Amino acid sequence: MPPDVEAIAEQVFAALADPSRRAILAALASGGPATATDLAGRLPITRQAIAKHLALLGETGLVTAEPGERRRVRYRLRSAPMQVAQQFLAALARDWDGPLGALKDHLDREPGGPATTLLPETRAQQG
Amino acid sequence: MGFPDRIERTVELAHPPGKVWAALTTAEGLASWFGQQATIDLRPGGPASMKWDHGHTADMRVERVEEPRVFGFTWHIYGLPDDDPRRTYVEFTLEPAGAGTRLTVVESGFSQLPEDAHNQAFEGNTRGWASELGELADYLDAA
Repeated sequence: MPPDVEAIAEQVFAALADPSRRAILAALASGGPATATDLAGRLPITRQAIAKHLALLGETGLVTAEPGERRRVRYRLRSAPMQVAQQFLAALARDWDGPLGALKDHLDREPGGPATTLLPETRAQQG
Repeated sequence: MGFPDRIERTVELAHPPGKVWAALTTAEGLASWFGQQATIDLRPGGPASMKWDHGHTADMRVERVEEPRVFGFTWHIYGLPDDDPRRTYVEFTLEPAGAGTRLTVVESGFSQLPEDAHNQAFEGNTRGWASELGELADYLDAA
């Protein structure tokens, strides 16, 4: 059964709710694939904690493990779940109230208003 | 559940449907309230676009044209990469209401499954393995 978007989005937001996991994901996004040791050198988080977070991020599909140099595993950010979460954010960020308000203002501003705009059209049809 | 698939708004406009229709379906109309520049080829399958002065552009595809009652288009989900095939469908419905128009806009498709949902499920298995092997290698490295 394919995973549903709700579950994927939930995992992304749960992962992002933790500051250490946010820091790990941000480091992978900005610096590219890295080993747990690389990340421990760059972030104020213990290597053990990083390994634990990476395991969780791997289970939820936010990072993928790949072979690196000297048998070390490198972790790479996976963008697919993030793009599902972006769908959710797109729905929340969609503003129809602003444009509809602008439509209303535009129609009200047009010269003549509804009562008189019919006249030129009638004239054009007759002419 | 918490994922909104559909957004719906209704507004009452003090102008007849014909005038509202023109504001929704002509380049001049769209550019005066929605985008700052607009183009539209008003037929199902026709391209349309809007541009804003701050640099954002929206490419639309006209889907439904039933003058002066229904106008529908699809566009890209904001924030997703340009090559992502997912699109939402926007439909405007115009109903006469007294001397004016009741305009309803529905945008749907926010919670559609990505095309590669099956790939993701499949990758889930291989990923599990990779991450377990990773833990083993890390454990050996640390020892």
